[in-house]
Amino acid sequence: MSPDAARATETDRSSGHAQDGTRRLAPTRVLDVDPLLDDPGTRIIVCCGSGGVGKTTTAAALGLRAAERGRKVVVLTIDPARRLAQSMGIDSLDNVPRRVKGTEGDGELHAMMLDMKRTFDEVVEAHADPERAATILANPFYQSLSAGFAGTQEYMAMEKLGQLRARDEWDLIVVDTPPSRSALDFLDAPKRLGSFLDGRLIRLLTAPAKLGGRAGMKFLNVGMSMMTGTLGKLLGGQLLKDVQTFVAAMDTTFGGFRTRADATYKLLQAPGTAFLVVAAPERDALREAAYFVERLAAEKMPLAGLVLNRVHGSGADQLSAERALAAAENLEDSRIVDQGDGKAGVRNSPETQGRSDSPDPSAATPEPEPSADAASADPVDQVTAGLLRLHAERMQLLAREQRTRDRFTARHPEVAVAEVAALPGDVHDLTGLRDIGNRLADNRRELPEPSA
Amino acid sequence: MSRLQVVSGKGGTGKTTVAAALALALATEGKRTLLVEVEGRQGIAQLFETEALPYEERKIAVAPGGGEVYALAIDPELALLDYLQMFYKLGSAGRALKKLGAIDFATTIAPGLRDVLLTGKACEAVRRKDRAGRFVYDYVIMDAPPTGRITRFLNVNDEVAGLAKIGPIHNQAQAVMRVLKSAETAVHLVTLLEEMPVQETVDGIAELRAARLPVGRVIVNMVRPQVLDATDLELLRTSPRTAFARSLSLAGLGGARRGGSAERLVEPLLAQAEEYAERYALEQEQRSVLGELDLPLHELPLLAEGMDLAGLYELASELRKQGMQGVS
Repeated sequence: MSPDAARATETDRSSGHAQDGTRRLAPTRVLDVDPLLDDPGTRIIVCCGSGGVGKTTTAAALGLRAAERGRKVVVLTIDPARRLAQSMGIDSLDNVPRRVKGTEGDGELHAMMLDMKRTFDEVVEAHADPERAATILANPFYQSLSAGFAGTQEYMAMEKLGQLRARDEWDLIVVDTPPSRSALDFLDAPKRLGSFLDGRLIRLLTAPAKLGGRAGMKFLNVGMSMMTGTLGKLLGGQLLKDVQTFVAAMDTTFGGFRTRADATYKLLQAPGTAFLVVAAPERDALREAAYFVERLAAEKMPLAGLVLNRVHGSGADQLSAERALAAAENLEDSRIVDQGDGKAGVRNSPETQGRSDSPDPSAATPEPEPSADAASADPVDQVTAGLLRLHAERMQLLAREQRTRDRFTARHPEVAVAEVAALPGDVHDLTGLRDIGNRLADNRRELPEPSA
Repeated sequence: MSRLQVVSGKGGTGKTTVAAALALALATEGKRTLLVEVEGRQGIAQLFETEALPYEERKIAVAPGGGEVYALAIDPELALLDYLQMFYKLGSAGRALKKLGAIDFATTIAPGLRDVLLTGKACEAVRRKDRAGRFVYDYVIMDAPPTGRITRFLNVNDEVAGLAKIGPIHNQAQAVMRVLKSAETAVHLVTLLEEMPVQETVDGIAELRAARLPVGRVIVNMVRPQVLDATDLELLRTSPRTAFARSLSLAGLGGARRGGSAERLVEPLLAQAEEYAERYALEQEQRSVLGELDLPLHELPLLAEGMDLAGLYELASELRKQGMQGVS
């Protein structure tokens, strides 16, 4: 509240922004989650970010909050932790949205887990006649491709999103993105798979069958057989044959694939879509978040803001780590050196007297019981020293989180941020998700007012 | 001790950091190690505070006692071209293949080929010998894909042998699998003392064992120091708040009277202790879950100043102290 010497020193040391005396650098913008969730214009929210930052939990918490504020919501999760899935009652993997029971209010929450193979199969079935579809589904190359090679999961997540949106059954779709090796993968993989399925190589591989007799194509055919020969040698002839059969059978559906991929991509750029980048206040996660912010801008995808999970705070942040440690040492020293003359208090007295927020006269005499020479052995003193050390650790953590965050804010001051206070344990039920939702929406109160 | 050390773990547990620390730890006493990156994230370069690593083995650190750490970021496309060159002397035809998208096809789409190339390159480094017949690297440490994908990544044989039934890729996959399933390899999993990463570790180990891949150790990363023990926590619950206010005041933090500086610290400090107690209990629970795995456990401390190069050396010496080198 009031100017505090210890606080200013802390700021000085940690971030070099001491001019306003607040320890935290307020973000340029605070992300207000509720208006985003309530806006009927918001139809899709995509949560993205690197692994291990609580992306799925954030998606589920946002879905629940939107539903309890009256909207009809579906949450599409990709690979939820078992207990999180159970908390929403979707431990069955059947690729269809299930109503989540136990929500409050008029809205509805549905949740589903992506089954990428089944989604891929559905796409094939939708685009080929039954006989051709059966050929494709039985093809060994197709089977490995659909069971999860680089990009398939991302592609199918986007495909499923497109399907859900096309049904127009929900007010809001919240989608979690696959746990990729990098957060950017999910934007690239569908394109990569799409361009492969539609690409030059595939056309060449299928060409011999189509162009067989034509005289002008002879020379191309020679080149082709050289190439397929090499690939055949490398991969084994039978695999190549599988690929060719697959490609021939898929030929008619390629157009469909490409069109769908393009449509979903456009959907992500459309006004009803909002991206939320999820991160934790750690160096790697925030670096990835920064890349993602830049990438979304380059792709003209609408970014709503950054959700910063697991942020720590302290109710006693007027007490710096240094002072807490010094005080802890005072208490611990007194155990060894039996003293009753208030030496412990003297060590810190100048600082203590500098604290103008304590008109209480006892503040100036920090040794209320100078006669307590037995205090040295008091177990309460020792445990208090522990409390102070714990606090010092917390303040160091705060400073570290703040430094990492400042680095992000300096790079992207335009990005609105919602902070979610750290929880000691994991989320197991709707109550836990609701709590996260409250913390997401409440983050405004935890931040100091931006100083002018 | 196994010469190929594979390090995996759930996202966010710091597996790259642990892999790098292990490479440093194993390099002490004049050994030479190779730290291999397979996911193209350049995490190693960031950790060692150097520029992005090319597809080339280069020395990135010196360990205490004169050991050396080399690093390599494997690029699957270049690895495939390398490979084609080695077996077919392709030359410009290789570049033509690249232009046509065949290389991209082969490395991103062709089932398992990418993984064969990545693991194959690591296995080649494990077996490579110099002219005197000594191994070029004493240890190869791989910063591998996360726990959720590690078994499929290492079990390339199943994926590829089923599809490419003959040909050099098939043979390569077989050779790689012989190394990966032997005692020459150990797969370590990095976790945190939190429910989700521990659950993933337990599941990951079951998968690795089912695939007959050699499970090494469990490394618990970012372990917070124990500040208060059970007795302390009990005392915190039972003592009157005024006693803490008096102690804080005694420590030099202002007045103990109602509204005094010390007194106003009591509530928030006790709240922090309560959070600590809750976390402490959860951590103990996770420790016992990990204990049931019946695998060697190592714990690495959370570094108060965050992760940097100095911290990496600190973790490496911690791993050495805990006997991470020398035993299987």
